[in-house]
Amino acid sequence: MTDRPAPSDYERHEYDVIVIGAGGAGMRAAVEAIQRGCRTALVCKSLLGKAHTVMAEGGVAAALGNVWPQDNWQVHFRDTMRGGKMLNNWRMAQLHAQESPDRVLELEEWGALFDRTPDGRILQRDFGGHRYARLAHVGDRTGLELIRTTQQRAVSLGVDVYMECKVLRLLQGPSGAVNGAVGIYRETGGVVVFSAKSVVLATGGIGKTWKFTSNSWESTGDGHALALWAGADAIDMECVQFHPTGMVWPPSARGILVTEGVRGDGGVLKNSDGERFMFNYISPYFAAETASSIEEADKWYEDKVNYRRPPELLPRDEVARAINTEVKSGRGSPHGGIFLDIASRRSAEDIKRRLPSMYHQFKQLADVDITAVPMEIGPTCHYMMGGVRVDADTAQTTVAGLFAAGEVAGGMHGANRLGGNSLSDLLVFGRRAGMAAADRALGEPVDTTVDEAQVEAVVSHAFSYLERESGEQPYELHRDLQDTMQSLVGIIRTESELLEAKERLVELGERSKKVAAAGGVRFNPGWHMSLDLESMLAVANCTTLSAIERRESRGGHTRDDFPKADPEFEKVNFVSRYVDGSYRVTAEDKPVMPPELMMLFEESEGDAKEASK
Amino acid sequence: MSVVQGATRPAPIPVEIGGVRGGPPRSVILRKDRWWLQPLVTGLGLLAFVVYGVWTAFRGDFYFAHHYLSPFYSPCFVSSCPPAETWGPAGSIGTVSPALLVLIFPMGFRVTCYYYRKTYYRSFWASPPACAVADVGSTTPGGARSRYSGETRFPLVLQNLHRYFWYAAFIFAGILTYDAVEAFRFGNGWGMGLGSLIFVVNAVLIWSYTLGCHACRHLCGGGLRKFSKAPARYAIWRKVVTPLNAHHQLFAWLSLIWIAWTDFYVYLVATGTIHDPRFF
Amino acid sequence: MAIDTASSTSGSPASTETASTGQELRIRLWRGDEHGGDFVEYRLQAQEGEVVLDVVHRIQADQAPDLAVRWNCKAGKCGSCSAEINGRPRLMCMTRMSTLPTDEPITISPMRTFPVMRDLVTDVSFNFEVAKLIPSFTPGPKPPEGYRMQQVDVERGQEFRKCIECFLCQNVCHVIRDHEDNKVHYAGPRFFVRLAELEMHPLDTLDRRAYVRERMGVGYCNITKCCTEVCPEDIHITDNAIIPLKERIVDSRYDPVAWLGRKILGRPSPMSAEQVAAHTGAAAAGQGRAAGSDRDGAGPG
Repeated sequence: MTDRPAPSDYERHEYDVIVIGAGGAGMRAAVEAIQRGCRTALVCKSLLGKAHTVMAEGGVAAALGNVWPQDNWQVHFRDTMRGGKMLNNWRMAQLHAQESPDRVLELEEWGALFDRTPDGRILQRDFGGHRYARLAHVGDRTGLELIRTTQQRAVSLGVDVYMECKVLRLLQGPSGAVNGAVGIYRETGGVVVFSAKSVVLATGGIGKTWKFTSNSWESTGDGHALALWAGADAIDMECVQFHPTGMVWPPSARGILVTEGVRGDGGVLKNSDGERFMFNYISPYFAAETASSIEEADKWYEDKVNYRRPPELLPRDEVARAINTEVKSGRGSPHGGIFLDIASRRSAEDIKRRLPSMYHQFKQLADVDITAVPMEIGPTCHYMMGGVRVDADTAQTTVAGLFAAGEVAGGMHGANRLGGNSLSDLLVFGRRAGMAAADRALGEPVDTTVDEAQVEAVVSHAFSYLERESGEQPYELHRDLQDTMQSLVGIIRTESELLEAKERLVELGERSKKVAAAGGVRFNPGWHMSLDLESMLAVANCTTLSAIERRESRGGHTRDDFPKADPEFEKVNFVSRYVDGSYRVTAEDKPVMPPELMMLFEESEGDAKEASK
Repeated sequence: MSVVQGATRPAPIPVEIGGVRGGPPRSVILRKDRWWLQPLVTGLGLLAFVVYGVWTAFRGDFYFAHHYLSPFYSPCFVSSCPPAETWGPAGSIGTVSPALLVLIFPMGFRVTCYYYRKTYYRSFWASPPACAVADVGSTTPGGARSRYSGETRFPLVLQNLHRYFWYAAFIFAGILTYDAVEAFRFGNGWGMGLGSLIFVVNAVLIWSYTLGCHACRHLCGGGLRKFSKAPARYAIWRKVVTPLNAHHQLFAWLSLIWIAWTDFYVYLVATGTIHDPRFF
Repeated sequence: MAIDTASSTSGSPASTETASTGQELRIRLWRGDEHGGDFVEYRLQAQEGEVVLDVVHRIQADQAPDLAVRWNCKAGKCGSCSAEINGRPRLMCMTRMSTLPTDEPITISPMRTFPVMRDLVTDVSFNFEVAKLIPSFTPGPKPPEGYRMQQVDVERGQEFRKCIECFLCQNVCHVIRDHEDNKVHYAGPRFFVRLAELEMHPLDTLDRRAYVRERMGVGYCNITKCCTEVCPEDIHITDNAIIPLKERIVDSRYDPVAWLGRKILGRPSPMSAEQVAAHTGAAAAGQGRAAGSDRDGAGPG
């Protein structure tokens, strides 16, 4: 095809730091790098400010102690680890809990306008799994606030932004250190080659690998794949979070997120018999801190000291599983979900004030008035807890010169993420990644010579999809991949299904080599889909293989054939690698938490006993 | 305090002019609703008022009856005014229609009003006639209307004087309130006729329009950076002016129609066409 | 008054027949690029509960795999899928098919104010250039106990920060839609919202009034309110952002009483446009911070 550009047509740029992905983590990393004096570029697949972070609604978790002075980093740390079923990297969870208050206050210095307490401090709200009201928020559009604040900060500092640019592969120097990246502009099909001393991955999630997801088209696991292909490790890829409350109707809106804030503000889950079924699903692990009767649960909204929290606010994995069971037992709603009812519990005025975008979303997308009737909701693929293995303090991956932060990095959230911990994760580790990337860029000289052979290989591979006369249709392949993952590697998994998925993925992998994208190089979505499919297949493989290995149920990973958590599996992470053209998974020991932090959990059991008296 | 643009042109926004636009040519209107209805109806409404106003202003007669003084003629400065309503040095100005002396203020207020500006820019200037419908004349390259300077140049830069007309309008609202009180005077005593009520409604509508003005909203508190430092001004801004401002369009029309109706009622009574019903 | 709101954004006359499940839809999609293009008609069956973006996606998946369209969240939160549906600027993901009349084909065309790239995708870089020219948030010194703000003081700004940057207001604004040459000195409604937010921010210390008048061109706005009509976030752009900015400029520029007051009370004069221009991203980039835009031979070649 004549459209293929020659090497002399490639756009070339040299930077100290390039950040791939412009969600909260990428933006925060770029801000940090440029503040430290680095020439910094931000590369993103969409327009600036459209990243999936805007979808985060509830808030950013930080133990500011503005509403509950008892709150502190230790409590937040404990909640995070317990929510993650202790699979978290303890050091990441600790840094996250310690630093998130400063990161939130810093946003305020950059112009963010959080909701306020009467004395003028940042107001915090309740969320599932958090012991105290801890989420700094702006109504139900906190993610938008975070992205706009960091975006405006990045722009005001003069970060260069390369929009609608899909990064195809990372470039590596002779030592194996990452020293650049090759991308194509989605708009023009033009090739762009970056050379950089440090590269930060902040590409977010993987949701588009599943059929029902809250994620946008961008969440195809690009960063996971780029890192794996560059030889980095990924961990915990079996731990995928299915958010309990996604829309189920209309079909086109299926999967779109309904914020946990609905439950935090009084919404309850009911089955088709009108029963508040969550009381039947309180696991012993959380029994001490969860209300056992409707009366007690309802009093909690008014008096959080003397009453225990309603079971609707259990961590997401617990709620998602409960909903799944109810639906499978035939007590679901007409469209295969269950009911989330806030209409009968709060006044119309209250609902509109506290949850304006939810009201808007249901009204516009489903023509449902949530102040009058219950919502129909069901689990939706929401978040990848696993991801690229990083050093907790520097966010450096196992490959030199490559850093990762945000959803693409693994370890912080263990087997299950608490609501609100994602936005704080972006800020804390976005900054740390930017910091370490800047340190590397400004430190010892780094060889940033681009290996043209690598570039050529990448470019010719990418354009081969356009040059193929006929072959597999990318959309069809995507649909088949999504069906496979949804039906065989979904919320509840069993060995036989996982093995079937593994086989089907081999087949899909073969088919993906024959994909042909019709059309030209300019803004050709079929071509983009072909390229994204490579990343999605990488994620699908790692998730499936890890899920086969983890023969227990823990957090977001539930095995029907191993329904209980196994203490032996708590000690290991499953590590995914890309070796000789295929994905491999091995078990490796998890970092061990130091005794002084372990003590927090002994105390917590004491507290729990105290509370249950 | 010059009102013309500064002599030095600032650095422009770096943008390439002349890119090809998607979709059919701009002269093609893709809207399928009756987008022309609103500018047409509002334009006709304004035109009707102007015609009525001119007729009234040049009429110079039949503008008072009992103690009812037409709002077009208030305050009344000239010798032909009824004694009770004469505000100024009676007889010193002559016999020109008194409306012409006072109308400049309320008219100036309405002409520079942000709502009316929207209306006449759409209906009369057709700039734009409706949303996503091209400015009339803008699709002809190099035509007389191919360039647009908005309110940056004389005379439209004078729209920035809206605030001064608001000061005047505030005083006029007070005068019309006085007139409404006067409308309850009959002979040497007090009473109430249908006209009295019409005058009260007129005053209420005028206040609703005047206090809902965007300039008023700015002056009373909107211009503050921190509401919390000025609770009284914030209360006025939030509880009085902002709710009225939200219905500024409604009050702009109601007060406009009612002021004409009030004048016409006075005319009917003054000419003896109808008899003002007295309640007591 | 009723006559004025009858034809606002809510759309089509209620009496017309609207899309229902199973019915055949006729969609006229604009296909083309900078070399020109035309409407292409696609026919497909209506499905339950669809929005316009779903229909576009189905056309893309089954009939036109290379159809270019921007989208992200599909829930009205990211502002990517802006287009003109039956001539009205709207988000495709938030326009339910059941609200559109089906007695004639539904037209979907790209935003007109920005140069077309391909099909429904336009080059919106103008907006990102203006963003670099916004004098940034500049708070005063931080008190030892940290900043405090009252809810009443942040609420106005919060309304503006709902903006999802869909650029529909920029698209519908006739100042640049119908008079493209104004783009060099007119920032557009989205950025007046941003500037108003900064001017009302309780912690900010800059005075952008001269800048807004001279560099951002707020005087070009003739408050015909189309930006407010198309805003999917229901931000009262004209009443709460643009007019307050205009009034603030009257304070600093056109009001001799205010000028006299400042002189007598010894209040500071308004800041000049040059003074605040130093606080923009463009100025930061100009300081040589990010010289990445030099395209000559950065690579080994």
